[in-house]
Amino acid sequence: MTSLGASLASLLSSGDVVRLEGPLGAGKTVFARGLIRALTSEGEEVPSPTFALVQVYDTKAGPLWHMDLYRLEDEDEIVDLGFEEAQDDAICLIEWPSRAESYMPDNALTVKIAVDASDASRRQVTLTAIAGHEAAWRERLATMDAGQVKGSE
Amino acid sequence: MNDTITILGIETSCDETAAAVLRRHGDGTTEILSNIIHTQDDHAAFGGVVPEIAARAHVEKADQVVTRALEEAGMTDGGIDAVAATSGPGLIGGVMVGMMTAKAYALSRAIPFIPVNHLEGHALSARLTEDCPFPYLLLLVSGGHTQLLRVDGVGRYARLGTTIDDAAGEAFDKTAKLLGLGQPGGPKVQAAAETGDATRFDLPRPLLKRPGYDFSFSGLKTAVRLAAEELAPLSDQDIADICASFQRAAAKHLAARTERAMTDFEIPAGDTGRLVIAGGVAANTEIRAALTALVDSKGWTLLVPPSKYCTDNAAMIALAGAEHLVAEGAPPLAETLALAPRARWPLDENPEGRRHGGGKKGPKA
Repeated sequence: MTSLGASLASLLSSGDVVRLEGPLGAGKTVFARGLIRALTSEGEEVPSPTFALVQVYDTKAGPLWHMDLYRLEDEDEIVDLGFEEAQDDAICLIEWPSRAESYMPDNALTVKIAVDASDASRRQVTLTAIAGHEAAWRERLATMDAGQVKGSE
Repeated sequence: MNDTITILGIETSCDETAAAVLRRHGDGTTEILSNIIHTQDDHAAFGGVVPEIAARAHVEKADQVVTRALEEAGMTDGGIDAVAATSGPGLIGGVMVGMMTAKAYALSRAIPFIPVNHLEGHALSARLTEDCPFPYLLLLVSGGHTQLLRVDGVGRYARLGTTIDDAAGEAFDKTAKLLGLGQPGGPKVQAAAETGDATRFDLPRPLLKRPGYDFSFSGLKTAVRLAAEELAPLSDQDIADICASFQRAAAKHLAARTERAMTDFEIPAGDTGRLVIAGGVAANTEIRAALTALVDSKGWTLLVPPSKYCTDNAAMIALAGAEHLVAEGAPPLAETLALAPRARWPLDENPEGRRHGGGKKGPKA
């Protein structure tokens, strides 16, 4: 999960929104940690964003917002977090994006992490994009390390 | 500076809005003149439930709590020598409001504004009410933080370990959520665990063989999910057993890592070891029992501030501000007015020049 996050990191740039979906304990934060460390440093502290809601990092690819909407009560609260401004110049990694579904942009990439039904130690990761943005993401994802992509599509 | 100083403290970095007035005498003793916390309910012990995201909600409450703190302290007509406010780490919207409120007050009265690291407030909180000389080992366990710190004096902190993933309080909240217990997670899990069998589930012991003093709660959370899924639909007894097993595992993990830090802690000759616990999770009876047993076995002293000073509060922020004011003198107002809030701010990042660490890198959010 960590290395998959790191592979995705290399093709992200300002303005990208990545939705991280999956049940509690599936590995969303682990994925995010791999991604953030690939863009900062191996030793970068990446705490769970659940409590503070947003953790902002200065990365090689510009600012990165690691958000967790788990504690949002009302989806309009995402405006108060500064999400709309963040999309102008930051990469946004969003855990529990469905808590503010109507604010999620159409061109977001969804990373869905599912726990394997027969082996709880295995994860299935599916990358999807909304029709119309799929081709663009497919093209970008093609540049990812082939071995990683194979295991994740 | 050996005179008595009276300081207003403001804390808005988490889910509460709080203000307090503290008086520090020339001999170092302190008096809490008022300590006001505005919270949605009295369940905030484990880090709060509903985050106060909207800045406007904080603005309204900040004014109210400051007014009440000044009224209760009998200081509405002046007499405040300085104002301190949490400037990070935390929810940035809240921190911003607390800082703005403090800056406005400082500016209007021409008194110093002292930015305080929220974690430093916790680090010193035991000294509000306890006889707690330096050095001591601090275990901070809350909804947002799980850290072990060595505290050698005001401004002299060394972080020994921290959670590498979730905070302890977050693990309690998420366990409660997984089991459908509702919020607040900490008290709900503790209540359910009372009738449970803590030995029924063999949950992992995080970082058991790992050197150092870091914590990890993410694996426990996953193990709880797996146990719950395997047994679904869950009976009340299943839930009680999972809660008891989880709570036991969390307590053992906290105690095991703390024990490592105690073993390696250098105690000055002739002194005894002191362990201070701060943060809302310290209210959990199983965790407290595990730490009490640990401290007893080592011949150390355990200090736990009363829960109103253990959880987020403004008295501890006022204390940290007062100690810095005494130790370093008043920072130029123009300098501290320019500081921006910081979402992340490790306590030992810049131990020699804490004040300058506040805004050098600019806002983190």
